[in-house]
Amino acid sequence: MADAYVVGVDMIKFGRFPEKSVPQLGSEAALLALDDCGLTIHDMQALYCGNLGQASGMVGQRILQEIGQTGIPVVNVANACATGATAFREAWASVKADLYDVVLAVGVEQMGRGLLGGGGGSRGISKEGLLGSGTMPSVFAEAGMEHTRQYGTTFEQFAKVSVKNHHHSTMNAKAMYQIETPLETVMNAEMISYPNTKLMCSVNVDGSAAAVIASERKARELGLMDRAIKVRASVLTSDPWQERDLVMPDVNTCTRKAAAAAYEMAGVGPDDIDLIELHDCFATAEILHYENLGLCEDGEAGRLIDDGEVALGGRIPVNVSGGLLSKGHPLGATGIANIYEVSTHLRGAAGQRQVEGARIGLTHVIGLGSACGIHILEKAA
Amino acid sequence: MADRPLPAVSHLKIPDEGDPYLEGSRCGVCGATFLGARHNCSKCGARGKMQTVQLSNKGELYSYCIVHRSFPGIDVPYVSAIVDLEGGGTVKGNLIDVEPDPAKIDFGMPVDVVYDDALGRKDADGNSYLSYFFKPRTQ
Ligand SMILES: [Zn+2]
Repeated sequence: MADAYVVGVDMIKFGRFPEKSVPQLGSEAALLALDDCGLTIHDMQALYCGNLGQASGMVGQRILQEIGQTGIPVVNVANACATGATAFREAWASVKADLYDVVLAVGVEQMGRGLLGGGGGSRGISKEGLLGSGTMPSVFAEAGMEHTRQYGTTFEQFAKVSVKNHHHSTMNAKAMYQIETPLETVMNAEMISYPNTKLMCSVNVDGSAAAVIASERKARELGLMDRAIKVRASVLTSDPWQERDLVMPDVNTCTRKAAAAAYEMAGVGPDDIDLIELHDCFATAEILHYENLGLCEDGEAGRLIDDGEVALGGRIPVNVSGGLLSKGHPLGATGIANIYEVSTHLRGAAGQRQVEGARIGLTHVIGLGSACGIHILEKAA
Repeated sequence: MADRPLPAVSHLKIPDEGDPYLEGSRCGVCGATFLGARHNCSKCGARGKMQTVQLSNKGELYSYCIVHRSFPGIDVPYVSAIVDLEGGGTVKGNLIDVEPDPAKIDFGMPVDVVYDDALGRKDADGNSYLSYFFKPRTQ
């Protein structure tokens, strides 16, 4: 099968936009991505739209009602926090399968504030605070503490992830925050679920991101190869059975499985990757994924953050966008926003936060329940 | 309204005679343990080979977190714990009778599953509930 390329990609600045509708937010990113490659909605042969909050609300069609109802097929996708990556992958697959030459993928989300998860009082009584905690900060705190149990990873090491990612976002105008948070600030912030303080939880924001994907033939015909990004691997996994899965969502096994498949598909290994945008929904989660993605041996993740290897300028920079912790985490948009970030570096256009000489990058998202999406991207030759 | 407490979750069983317990299912093919009743095994895919088992009230702490912020009306801080039961099965619940301090909580510490009123919570019909908790094993 011929290769598929990202020819246009962009995101809006993440923030809080209660006055806008979900389709309006999605259409903004769609138009930015179209402008990025000089195409219009009339050139698009299909739309793949990722959104979680209005999963039954035909968001893709409503985006077309904002920017051009051309009658193309629309697929609406929901896959927890892997929603955007799944929409992108469906778009990619349609081009790889030669169904279409050029398609649009959009991810969009409008978020409320406050704790996610832990609700679900269907019948009987609420179980939150009675049978432990089902909030997302707690679930990821427990996943982090499993790493502490195995390798002695400390609260301070988890906190350093937030220091790094907040620092990175000071160089990203599209991030929600541009604020330095020193270690003591992170560790002394309000404790939400130990070991995650408030500054170690991703920010609930509104946002959207979009990508135009084209076949090699079409990208050449349109003269878009000079800025094109080759999709070298696209992998989606669900969580294989694990003995504790009923009470402890497993974000590790599905990531390891996806990473192995993605490296094989791309014909590269972790050492070939120049930058990574991974799913730091909580600071504890980022630590786990250093090992899950093969950036270091098991048990070495704490050392990686201590030694600065994952910071901008280090051996393998992780989340130079600021990550979900500081750029923000609009669930359905996240998986395309991280493709925008990596693509921007591969194009050498990331400004102050540019990873010098970046040639190959990897994006990773996890949707609890669970879904893992990994993409490996490379600047077109 | 029921004349006695209802179980907080369906895999908590309250027999007419004797003590409450947690019920699970074990796959007769691969041995995987699940909470509550089910027909098929999601580990090996075996169909109709599940056996109902009574889960142990003894276990050990696998992982935990200390919850400091929750929804309105929920007392914090408290310890949310993941416990591996002897003989199979993993359950989640509140670890009680410990200080909510990581220095006072040891991974692998032995715990007992104990049964008590569900923190006074009642449903819309005024029914009381029985729940389970984890308590550090003293001896
Ligand atoms: Zn089985």
